[in-house]
Amino acid sequence: MDWIEFPSLGRADLRDLRVAIDGSFREFTRAYGPALERIFEPLEDFLVWLETLLIQSPWPLVLIGLVGIVFLLSRSVKISLGATIALLLIGYFGMWEDTMRTIAVVTVCTMVAVVLGIPVGIAMARSDRMQSVVNPVLDLMQTMPSFVYLIPVVMIFGLGKVPGVIAVVIYAIPPMIRLTNLGIRLVDPDVLEAADAFGSSGRQKLLNVQLPLALPTIMAGINQCIMMSLAMVVVASMIGVKGLGQPVLQAINNQYFTMGVMNGLAIVAIAIIFDRATQAYGKRLQKHSEVVHG
Amino acid sequence: MAEPHGIEIKNLYKIFGPDGASMVERVINGMSKQELNEKHNHVLGLNDINISMPGGKITVVMGLSGSGKSTLIRHINRLIDPTAGEVLYGEQDVCKMSTSELREFRRHRTAMVFQKFALLPHRTVMQNTVYGLEIQGISGKKAEAKAAQWISRVGLDGFEDNYPNQLSGGMQQRVGLARALTNDADILLMDEAFSALDPLIRMDMQTVLLDLQQELHKTIVFITHDLDEALRLGDKIAILRDGAVIQQGSGQEIVLRPADEYISNFVQEVNRGRVILVDTVMDRGEVAETDMVLQQGILLEEAAKQFAESGHAIANVVDKSGKPLGSLSMQQAISAMVTPNSH
Ligand SMILES: Nc1ncnc2c1ncn2[C@@H]1O[C@H](COP(=O)(O)OP(=O)(O)O)[C@@H](O)[C@H]1O
Ligand SMILES: [Mg+2]
Repeated sequence: MDWIEFPSLGRADLRDLRVAIDGSFREFTRAYGPALERIFEPLEDFLVWLETLLIQSPWPLVLIGLVGIVFLLSRSVKISLGATIALLLIGYFGMWEDTMRTIAVVTVCTMVAVVLGIPVGIAMARSDRMQSVVNPVLDLMQTMPSFVYLIPVVMIFGLGKVPGVIAVVIYAIPPMIRLTNLGIRLVDPDVLEAADAFGSSGRQKLLNVQLPLALPTIMAGINQCIMMSLAMVVVASMIGVKGLGQPVLQAINNQYFTMGVMNGLAIVAIAIIFDRATQAYGKRLQKHSEVVHG
Repeated sequence: MAEPHGIEIKNLYKIFGPDGASMVERVINGMSKQELNEKHNHVLGLNDINISMPGGKITVVMGLSGSGKSTLIRHINRLIDPTAGEVLYGEQDVCKMSTSELREFRRHRTAMVFQKFALLPHRTVMQNTVYGLEIQGISGKKAEAKAAQWISRVGLDGFEDNYPNQLSGGMQQRVGLARALTNDADILLMDEAFSALDPLIRMDMQTVLLDLQQELHKTIVFITHDLDEALRLGDKIAILRDGAVIQQGSGQEIVLRPADEYISNFVQEVNRGRVILVDTVMDRGEVAETDMVLQQGILLEEAAKQFAESGHAIANVVDKSGKPLGSLSMQQAISAMVTPNSH
């Protein structure tokens, strides 16, 4: 036996294997692609609507709206003021439209991640079996290089917004799920026992006790999810998602240093705005859980 | 108002571990808690408990940490499932109830107060207090009106909109009590409800509870590791050790006739003047030449005070109508109050 050369499948066999898998996946795409696309149509419509709303409305209104949301979440004049200045600078440097596109995509991705992630997180918290099944899948989603799962997504949906959203959600949903699960599992067992003692049903326990007490942790999950969506913006632009990612990609290809830095900074700026606003909101949620008296 | 049902606990066993049911036999045949743990890796929680808890009275279960008190009280609303035995409430065996029967039982028949309060931190005092009603499907003005009445009754007027973390421990437990009382249940389960409180506040809460019980006559099961608290509150006391009841009876019975060395060590330090009644010590049937009278049913401490104030050395104990039942000398009263040196 030769211990230097690893005994591997022959070249021809490997090729056959690849051809077989790719072939059957292509067939699957041809058969179900259109149906899948139709399922995601409402999502695309919503994204287009939101994007148009942000871009077509008068910018002062959009600015007031965005800063208003930031203020409602954070109740902080400082954070709101920072957001205003950042958005004004972004607009002044000609990145308003791309920024609006990115905000729209990140908003939709986060909404999808919340709608899918919270129920999965709840299911995980309720059953150890579920947890042991879902956890490795989440590990896979987080470690698999995103380019790899872009391939099948693009094969099915082509280039465009929907595959972009799917790729971003796959990347950004794991912390949402994990932190929902963790938040529910960390709920004080004494309080849960009290809920039981008063005759709560499972549903009443979930709605009255578990979710409200897990909310600050879930909020941290939403925050993580937003941050990761923003981090995916450049990768998503490779498959046709418009926004701040595209000029960055262009800048990489053409070595436009200033353009890259400016758009990069715009991404950072909205990341900081989202982060501060959601964190401040999470803090406010936690206000009553802190022990004041011993 | 009809007297509420009592609670009958019969041959109750709880063995923690994967195969508790098959261990019951061993325990019945006399295997000790320690042996069961070492040889079979199961924990003996409760060992053949038989207690009859009278309706409308306070039954105290006392024991040191780890003796199984929490385990026992959690069988009454079946937060813990028994390994064997019965918990009867009237005709019903709590242990045989279906899930929905049990839920109804917990909603309408029982309410519980916890050692660590277990309030919902994200809800205000009012929102915490209506919790039980909300679970029953009653909400809005009607529930709040009822809750407000109990909040006021436990002395928390004006704190309705505070959050638990803005209140001291004693006040938080008042919320716990108000939450339980708002439920309007016959059975009130209190697991070391006052143990986490400072001594003075604890006395306060005991007084609150006794005052409430004067008018409510609930069937209260009160857990404590403190004999003084047990004697003050308990119409009946059961003492638990290693999961088994080693003595049960009135406070007086336990102090005067401790069942074993373990209990007599316990009762050594007790203030007997606050436990023993004049009826127990008096010379029954005797009538002394004195114009001092003591009411039947008062404690020796109170009698001593009256002796000191009146300056008499002997008194007649009389019933409500003034009929003499027996005589009690100051000397008798005082010697009954000091702890006998040996048992
Ligand atoms: N879930 C459990 N699993 C195993 N052992 C338990 C469990 N709950 C209680 N025990 C054991 O049962 C005994 C009684 O516990 P507990 O009822 O909490 O005592 P207490 O309330 O009197 O301090 C202890 O030895 C404890 O370790
Ligand atoms: Mg306990």
